[in-house]
Amino acid sequence: MFERLHVMLVKEFLELRRDRWAMVRLIVPLLIQALVFGYAATFTVNHVATVVLDLDRSQASRTLVSHFAANGRFDIVEMAATQQAVTHAIDTGRAVVAIVIHAGFAAKLANGRSAPLAIAVDGTNSNTALIALGYVSLIVARFEAEAMAHGWPVPGETASSGADVPLQERPWFNQGLDDRWFFIPGVIGTLTLIQVVSLTALAVVREREVGTLEQIMVSPIRPFEFILGKTVPFFLIGLGDVVLVTVFGVLWFGIPFVGSPLVMLLGSSLFLLAALGLGLLLSTLARTQQQAFALNFFLVNPFFILSGFAFPIAAMPPVLQWFTLINPLRYFLVVIRAVFLKGVGIDVLWPDLLAMGALGAGMLALSVLRFRKSLD
Amino acid sequence: MWARGLHRRFGAVAAVQGIDLAVRRGEIFGLVGPDGAGKTTIMRMLAGVLRPDAGEIRLEGVDVVADPERAKPLLSYMPQRFGLYEDLTVAENIYFYATLFAVPAPVRRARSAELLAAAGLLAFRRRLAGQLSGGMKQKLGLVCALIHTPLVLLLDEPTTGVDPVSRRDFWGILYGLRERGVTILLSTAYMDEAERCSRLALLHAGAIRHCDTPARLKAAMPGALLAVVTPDARAAHAALAGAPGLLGLLLMGDRVHVRVDDAARRAPELRALLAGQGIGAADIAPVEPAIEDVFVALLGPGSPP
Ligand SMILES: Nc1ncnc2c1ncn2[C@@H]1O[C@H](COP(=O)(O)OP(=O)(O)OP(=O)(O)O)[C@@H](O)[C@H]1O
Ligand SMILES: [Mg+2]
Repeated sequence: MFERLHVMLVKEFLELRRDRWAMVRLIVPLLIQALVFGYAATFTVNHVATVVLDLDRSQASRTLVSHFAANGRFDIVEMAATQQAVTHAIDTGRAVVAIVIHAGFAAKLANGRSAPLAIAVDGTNSNTALIALGYVSLIVARFEAEAMAHGWPVPGETASSGADVPLQERPWFNQGLDDRWFFIPGVIGTLTLIQVVSLTALAVVREREVGTLEQIMVSPIRPFEFILGKTVPFFLIGLGDVVLVTVFGVLWFGIPFVGSPLVMLLGSSLFLLAALGLGLLLSTLARTQQQAFALNFFLVNPFFILSGFAFPIAAMPPVLQWFTLINPLRYFLVVIRAVFLKGVGIDVLWPDLLAMGALGAGMLALSVLRFRKSLD
Repeated sequence: MWARGLHRRFGAVAAVQGIDLAVRRGEIFGLVGPDGAGKTTIMRMLAGVLRPDAGEIRLEGVDVVADPERAKPLLSYMPQRFGLYEDLTVAENIYFYATLFAVPAPVRRARSAELLAAAGLLAFRRRLAGQLSGGMKQKLGLVCALIHTPLVLLLDEPTTGVDPVSRRDFWGILYGLRERGVTILLSTAYMDEAERCSRLALLHAGAIRHCDTPARLKAAMPGALLAVVTPDARAAHAALAGAPGLLGLLLMGDRVHVRVDDAARRAPELRALLAGQGIGAADIAPVEPAIEDVFVALLGPGSPP
């Protein structure tokens, strides 16, 4: 048995080595995607094109505008003269946010009455709009605080009630709330899942499609020896993926890695087990490489979306939340983020590790059982 | 090796329905039949890679259906489609299969040298299998199939697309195996190859219609065969359709083989018919049927059930 497995591995290694582009195909997309995710996958919005209509032209209104200008989140692209000009700027997409300060802003502020300030955002990009709106309220709050300090009464019934202490959000483990710290560890899991599942599924289906599987199955090799021979190389490639993107994230993006590499290795191994199982399962469902490709596409996307990579699982409807329970990526993201940012160990992560191990074992067992049938 | 009552369907298609066959040691047994007759399906069942819906297969005393793993070391199956790794070299493919069958290294070296020499592949040991010609690929398939000295050899159209010289090499190897008592079952689309088999099974629509030695199959052919040799065989073929007493017509290059109920009576009639149509200079003489004539006579349209 050991000899057959060994010769299977030798064969896989020879084929991989003979495939001149294999290493390029394996590594380059991974690094490019890590780069793209690292730079693009962020919830921070900077340089939002902003149009301002200041109908008050007072010192107070100018101060408010300068707050926006100084912040860096907003680029004031136009000081409009009329309401029409504002509408036009939004309609043509020149600006995403409009700030309209109505006449009497300073006077009302001075009287301690509610001062009118209109903010309009282009809702067609609701993400940017919502995030920008968040900044607007922050800037306005800061302006209020400053206005008080300068002796302008701020809107509100009494002076003291205007000096509300703003709610301070201070995350614990990612103190700069750098989205990248959150995303790059997620990217490791996601890219590894995509690569390992598709490699495994395609490699097995390819052998069936070109007829080498039939030839090899009349030899005394057992299905599980064949499967092991096919999956061990991809397991190693998957581990390589994890190490590569981790090192890249730490060196290039400066993501801290505070946890234990051993816990990471354990988590990655269990995750890869599940990914390999999934790939094999796909290979028993697909007759051709095209079908495998389509199935892979069909499955990996939901796995990605329902993993908690970007969208919080707690916010999903219950049915989808249940689905996430069989999603190995969900558990791996918990493990990998925790290892990266919190540095917690097995004592905390064991439920997630256990879940991945169980999923992996289940899927592998199922695919070995299905493998026999798929030969007919 | 024998099989009894083999059945197998694929969805609505009954690919094999009730096959019985027995092949003795040292026999070269041929399966012939039109495309889709079920040749490949039978071989895959005999090789233990496809489970029959019903039926029994015994190979050197091993129950193939119940225990395919025990049968595998005894047999070799060469699929219709080339199944070796194209991105491995000739030598690597041989090494791979020898190891899967647990052939000891010294035996492997000796046998692969001997087989490669017989196949004329010695010079190509380092070439990638994918870069071999079609005929060389088939011979490499045979070398890999023989590396573990199987007792039973199943070959599915092994020489399709192979040039005549390579086919001769191929048959040279097969005869050598027969001498050593290897049981060989092959399917073929070439009638000259069918003629070389010790016994033939004529297969049609998943059932064996006739099974005998080539000589006895020829003898069993209904009617008698006349060869019509004329300068315009095509026109003669068209003119003869529908002639009285006609059982079959087969265009064979420069001649037409005509199967009739009574050669002595029909030969003059046919000559007259051709002359009447302006196709002269026809030489009509009785001939020994080739296996192709038998094949058409027994499996063609209007053949006896
Ligand atoms: N895997 C399969 N799935 C579905 N149908 C199949 C399968 N294999 C064979 N068949 C069908 O079974 C019948 C017999 O096929 P088989 O391949 O055994 O014929 P064959 O005699 O080998 O033909 P050929 O000379 O073309 O190789 C055909 O109708 C074929 O379509
Ligand atoms: Mg066939």
